[in-house]
Amino acid sequence: MITRAPARHARRRISEEKAAQRRLALWLCAPAALVMLLVTGWPILYAVLLSLQRYDLRFPGERAWVGLDNYAAVLTDPFWWNAFWVTVVITVVSVAIELVLGMLLALAMYRTLVGRGAIRTLVLIPYGIVTVVAAYGWRYAWTPETGWLAEALPAGSAPLTEKVPGLAIIILAEVWKTTPFMALLLMAGLALVPDDLLKAAAMDGASAWQRFWHVTLPLMRPAILVALLFRTLDAFRIFDNIYVLTGGAADTGSVSLIAYRNLIGGLNLGIGSTMSVLVFLTVAAISFLFIRAFGISAPGTQGERR
Amino acid sequence: MKADRAVMTRWLVVDLLVVLYALIPVLWIASLSFKHPSTFTDGSFVPRRWTLENYTGIFDNPDFTRGLINSIGIGLIATLIAIVLGTMAAYAIARLDFPGKNALVGASLLVAMFPQISLVSPLFQIERALGLFDTWPGLIIPYITFALPLTIFTLSSFLREIPWELEQAAKMDGATPFQAFRQVIAPLAMPGMVTTAILTFIFCWNDFLFAISLTSSDRARTAPATISFFTGSTQFEDPAGSIAAAAVVVTVPIIVFVLFFQRRIVSGLTSGAVKG
Repeated sequence: MITRAPARHARRRISEEKAAQRRLALWLCAPAALVMLLVTGWPILYAVLLSLQRYDLRFPGERAWVGLDNYAAVLTDPFWWNAFWVTVVITVVSVAIELVLGMLLALAMYRTLVGRGAIRTLVLIPYGIVTVVAAYGWRYAWTPETGWLAEALPAGSAPLTEKVPGLAIIILAEVWKTTPFMALLLMAGLALVPDDLLKAAAMDGASAWQRFWHVTLPLMRPAILVALLFRTLDAFRIFDNIYVLTGGAADTGSVSLIAYRNLIGGLNLGIGSTMSVLVFLTVAAISFLFIRAFGISAPGTQGERR
Repeated sequence: MKADRAVMTRWLVVDLLVVLYALIPVLWIASLSFKHPSTFTDGSFVPRRWTLENYTGIFDNPDFTRGLINSIGIGLIATLIAIVLGTMAAYAIARLDFPGKNALVGASLLVAMFPQISLVSPLFQIERALGLFDTWPGLIIPYITFALPLTIFTLSSFLREIPWELEQAAKMDGATPFQAFRQVIAPLAMPGMVTTAILTFIFCWNDFLFAISLTSSDRARTAPATISFFTGSTQFEDPAGSIAAAAVVVTVPIIVFVLFFQRRIVSGLTSGAVKG
């Protein structure tokens, strides 16, 4: 009887403390959560509403509900599918190159014996430079007459005006700009691999390649998957590079670019919103696949386990 | 000794390749900005006739100077607000136990992956209705939103590393909770906040899609968007010289940031994205 009362008292105090903690947390998180909800949640719902209407700002009088007509129009439009596959190709090819190149870069930055600090600094420059600025650099480099790279091509060729060379240059620009980011993420993964394990494997006679393939890579798996997910979704949004390099000419436009053109050039809110919703659904599907297929847990949610 | 030297040489070559990779495109645009108009089309990597004309030209261009002011102002305000809101949320995530924590982290992850283009059509219409189109807040608000996940992830991982027992110890020694926070915890959290602020500012400075979609005049158009609207002073003049010079001007502050805060940027990026 004597010991129970203080225990109950203590329990109540703990739960009071907990409630106070919850209230504080709620107030601290509310502004950020509210901003994110209001600026992404509400507009995406609004985009769905707009996508169900015929709504062209040039002919505001013809505004009407049309159901799924806009979706039918976009999904049967060869321009949309061309942009879709262009985006997929750019995403897959550039992320694949970035993974290999980024791994090499990460190993070089991690293991180099010469000027490690300087190398790690310089590699950040492509990350820091404004994408549009870098894109202009590449554009002038490949433009006949102004460009040092165009000089190397046979006379009369203008790579930015043709589809395949144009896409290759867009991918080059994308890879140059974002490989350092990939390399940094992978370098963080490399730091998770204990040196002892590599030494032990070396003692057992594993070659450098075997050590990399059987020890380093499996331990880096989480870092690699997160980097892949981030970069895939980021590459799928590609806009700046294409806008500057080809402007979408010769069928090199991405989904973001043609959605932008329909909206700002065409002032067609209905079709523009339909494309917005379709891009959103595609990105959601990609993240779902990644999380399902590779079992990536959202970064941050495993915080408690550490 | 000989083997050592061979290894060193090999690394030197690798390093050289990395340096060339990172710098060549930047040096090229810088070289273009110093080229005299008469040598513009020589295709040479190094200018044959140097000039500063391109630079004086763009600083005489009111559109560009206005764009720079917009970029700096919008970037700083968005960064400041994102840091304040992000720090509050990150503190709660790192320090407090509350239901919905994982939901908040998951939601901000969703926002981080949100395709910006999906917001352009609805925001265009919403901002026109609210009178925010082509204004500073019209860009600041979307920038805050997309910067928040970055600040929340980066800061919460920084804050988690702080030995919070220090706060307890300070309180034991008679400090008020506010004193304990201000004199013990805040100095420890400061490097993380600086890092996050730099990353956020780079993000705002880099944005192009919102900057060209949600503005229609030089009232709020930021520098990268202004550059893309450059035309020569006459219809037949190629604006390449001005674009190159403007490109260098826009790049320099970021490169300075990167060189100064290199170590912190690396840890910020990797802790924010990988460790979470």
